Amino acid sequence: MKPAPFEYHAPTSLEEALGLMNQHADEAKLLAGGQSLVPAMNFRVVQPSMLIDLNRVQGLSHICADGNVLRIGAMARERQLEFDTLIETRTPLLHEAVPFIAHPQIRNRGTIGGSIVNADPAAELPMLMFALDARLKAQSVSGERWIDAQDFFAGMFTTALVPNEILVEIELPFMPPRTGWSFMEVAPRTGDYALMGVAALVTLDENGKCTRAKLVYLNAGDGPVDAKEAAQSLTGEQVNDARIQSAAAMASEKEISPFGNVHTSPEFQRHLAKVLTIRALKQATQRVGEMQ
Amino acid sequence: MTVSITVTVNEQEYTREVEPRLLLSDFLRHELGLTGTHVGCEHGVCGACTILFDGESMRSCLIFAVQADGHSIATVEGLAKDKDNLSPLQQSFWETHGLQCGYCTPGILMTLIPFLKQNPNPSEDEIRHALSGNLCRCTGYQHIVDAVKLAAEKMMDVNSG
Ligand SMILES: Cc1cc2nc3c(=O)[nH]c(=O)nc-3n(C[C@H](O)[C@H](O)[C@H](O)COP(=O)(O)OP(=O)(O)OC[C@H]3O[C@@H](n4cnc5c(N)ncnc54)[C@H](O)[C@@H]3O)c2cc1C
Ligand code: FES
Ligand code: FES
Repeated sequence: MKPAPFEYHAPTSLEEALGLMNQHADEAKLLAGGQSLVPAMNFRVVQPSMLIDLNRVQGLSHICADGNVLRIGAMARERQLEFDTLIETRTPLLHEAVPFIAHPQIRNRGTIGGSIVNADPAAELPMLMFALDARLKAQSVSGERWIDAQDFFAGMFTTALVPNEILVEIELPFMPPRTGWSFMEVAPRTGDYALMGVAALVTLDENGKCTRAKLVYLNAGDGPVDAKEAAQSLTGEQVNDARIQSAAAMASEKEISPFGNVHTSPEFQRHLAKVLTIRALKQATQRVGEMQ
Repeated sequence: MTVSITVTVNEQEYTREVEPRLLLSDFLRHELGLTGTHVGCEHGVCGACTILFDGESMRSCLIFAVQADGHSIATVEGLAKDKDNLSPLQQSFWETHGLQCGYCTPGILMTLIPFLKQNPNPSEDEIRHALSGNLCRCTGYQHIVDAVKLAAEKMMDVNSG
């Protein structure tokens, strides 16, 4: 057998899961979709002595609108996000990006919560949470707290959660009106983790002036990288080719810090970031007004 | 420590005692003797172990058998009654040489069953995209793509006539 032995619990309620996590926080791991955890266990890179399976817990896989926000249960499958019409209309950036995550067979099982907590710098969902100003709800036996995505990612594969906490819900504000979006990435093969990827958001006022812009990168540092200066350079201005070029140069040369891997060098990642940023900003600007 | 689980596989119910760390792929192969589900990489990359879990394609190497308790699994063994009565999808692979060694084939078939249900008339692009999570060392994929096109035609004929 591949994984090392472990004790298995399959709670059916959140209370039960929280109680187990509280009792066994040091030795236990939560099992969501298992699409990152089980490969690591099969290699015995991780050998938790206990698994607490969230797959039978009721009430963790909703996707619903609540006022001006979407609420997504941590156990919603990546495939569920892909086909959800609320996500398509309210956060089209997320709708566009989800199909880039792995393959359909993986998305059928992998969850939004698992991918966020896994905090892989090359993953799509963590950087999308940044781009979309998500708030993440962590719960433990002692209560709940909301963490801004900006404060959630604490480095490679590391988050702000404490050991007895479970991520239970993700709150995404609807994208503001007159906002255009674009998600682009380059991967060696369809479904592989990307070498570089960018999410761009551009909001224009009635006169075509940019009131807000956002550029967030994956695989460009030890967590999602928010290129604030490049985005800032666009606000208050018309988004024309010259400004797009200079924002792309700023982000790719100064703000990201990619470290390369077996498939790519940091220089090539910076090159990709520049080209993708130019294309993404153009597409986002063109799409202003397209959102339903 | 073992756990008792009851799983429906290809519409037949099985009850077994399993260790929690037993993978669903190994459960199917070693406990039930259903060796049609192949195992290539055991970390989700190759697709050889793809099965249907409650009708949706998933990697059986990334699910523990205990998690399948009370669920319904479909494997390649359930596609045809016997070798003379292949399903339209299998028949199409046969006719277009969609397989050589056949190692990848069960996973590819189980990937394509829900795909063709959701996309009865897929474009070549959609077919290639659907196959992106299944590696084949032999065919170069062209004949597999041909097989899917043929299967889609056969299945439309059946459904319309
Ligand atoms: C072949 C392959 C290709 C892939 N390609 C990509 C890709 O291109 N892009 C990408 O982003 N991902 C990719 N993935 C990963 C996939 O998206 C995973 O589904 C995802 O990263 C983890 O989600 P999961 O639900 O499977 O989590 P699990 O593997 O179950 O868990 C991951 C970690 O999060 C913890 N955890 C899970 N849920 C919670 C919770 N609610 N609260 C607290 N902790 C929790 C677990 O304890 C574990 O440490 C790929 C996976 C495979 C196998
Ligand atoms: S054996 Fe499961 S994906 Fe390779
Ligand atoms: S036919 Fe040999 S691996 Fe595909």
